[in-house]
Amino acid sequence: MPDFFNFLKPKNELENQGEFAENHPYIPEELWIKCPVCKNAILSSDLMENHKVCTKCGYHFRLSARQRVELTVDENSFAEMDADMMSTNKIGFPDYEKKLRNAKISSGENESVITGSCTICGEKAIIAVMNSKFMMGSMGTVTGEKITRAFEYATENRLPVIVFTVSGGARMQEGILSLMQMAKTSGAVKLHSDAGLLYITVLTDPTTGGVTASFAMEGDIILSEPKALIGFAGPRVIEQTIRQKLPKDFQSAEFLLDKGFIDAVVQRKDMKSTLAQLIRLHKENDEGGAAL
Amino acid sequence: MSAYDHVTAARANDRPTSVDYIKRLFGDSFFELHGDRRFADDKAVIGGIAELNGKPVTVIGLEKGRNLKERMARNFGSAHPEGYRKALRLMKQAEKFHRPVICFVDTSGAYCGIGAEERGQGQAIAENLMEMMTLKTPILSIFIGEGGSGGALALAVADEVWMLENAIYSVISPEGCASILWKDPSKTAEASECLKLTAQDLFKLGVIERIIREPKDLESRIFDSLKNLIADTFEKKAAIPAEKLIEMRYNRFRKF
Ligand SMILES: [Zn+2]
Repeated sequence: MPDFFNFLKPKNELENQGEFAENHPYIPEELWIKCPVCKNAILSSDLMENHKVCTKCGYHFRLSARQRVELTVDENSFAEMDADMMSTNKIGFPDYEKKLRNAKISSGENESVITGSCTICGEKAIIAVMNSKFMMGSMGTVTGEKITRAFEYATENRLPVIVFTVSGGARMQEGILSLMQMAKTSGAVKLHSDAGLLYITVLTDPTTGGVTASFAMEGDIILSEPKALIGFAGPRVIEQTIRQKLPKDFQSAEFLLDKGFIDAVVQRKDMKSTLAQLIRLHKENDEGGAAL
Repeated sequence: MSAYDHVTAARANDRPTSVDYIKRLFGDSFFELHGDRRFADDKAVIGGIAELNGKPVTVIGLEKGRNLKERMARNFGSAHPEGYRKALRLMKQAEKFHRPVICFVDTSGAYCGIGAEERGQGQAIAENLMEMMTLKTPILSIFIGEGGSGGALALAVADEVWMLENAIYSVISPEGCASILWKDPSKTAEASECLKLTAQDLFKLGVIERIIREPKDLESRIFDSLKNLIADTFEKKAAIPAEKLIEMRYNRFRKF
């Protein structure tokens, strides 16, 4: 093929894996934290009090899955499901075991998602929270399995589902089995939806690739944290494909709101009460109809 | 043949495309339908209604084009959101009129660009995955060349997936895999092995039901036997009640 063809040929959309590597700061233990956006130093205790949102510019620091659960659900109400489920190297991909081991150590988790039942301001729900610290929230077989089981449990018990997404996309090390998780989870979402039950997605920074192209975009209501990067392809992949710089704020939550792909951008401090309100508005009475 | 030989064969410029399959399988009975009724007509996706051994079927194909002019017009088979929405519209139409759906998959992936993002590429693919899972009519997907990731899966949530012997199906291109893994895009041969993207590998993993042997001269007999195989398959699926069919489709993907 001449170069001309290669120039024109579009790139594969999931080549954005690794694009969002650990270049965003998590909350360290130090006294002063430098905000990566406004560069101001903020007192760690102030930051914690402010739900890990920069007190100067409003930047929403990334949260681990546990921190997210803590901020979202009622105290001691989280009962984790499938906590011990762990990935194996099913297609014999080079060094995958080592990657998994490192991800477990750096994240303190067994996979890129935690799932469980909880109450939010007293409202019962099933919650799934992805974790960027575990292989950039990539979708492995166990990720897909835990999310699928969460939906199946919710369908059986007639409960709403809340999913917080953060993901670089598919997990290359699981090859086609990673891709199959997109279909598997979408199937479970569809059966939950067909049963007349509520599904809310909360997109957090960044949500891309196979997660965007499956359960992240399948909610009845799609919320996002401010300024989160949300897209199918990662910005670097798009820039390589079209050979030009992307406009500022392209693929931001606010951009998607403007284009009609999400329902609302919600501040972190308002997320819990917003979720509780939305669940209440969809609550069934004993006859199975709406409570109002 | 190495995995990379399959990659090369799947991408070969002289390989038959969806248009060729449609012509050889359905002849003049194919009536093309255009547009997604929302934004545009994406030429990377060709769709319509045709007759297969006297019975109506809905046909949808990702089309790369057969020469440079066609390839440019069809965006090298990389669909925009409107392409996936057009496909879904035709599938819903097939459901309404109780005719089976056959999808031909041949794409390096869904398009990555400004317009594709603005119009919700992720949402379009996600909606197809969801809706195909419970479509009340049989779906068969045949991978005839490249099966690139989510852009291929969006036409492959099917009751059965078949692959041509030299077709490939992968979560990421070997080039992309090599550049992430070894920071060296030239190690595509090694990456091709690792990804388990050949029809043989995918059959072993239970991802596909059938491998279609490719005779040396792909133009010849393959189409007649393929036609009968498709007709037989649809006849068997038609005997299954819709609810059972959907349950089987769900379990087909639930096992992964
Ligand atoms: Zn700041």
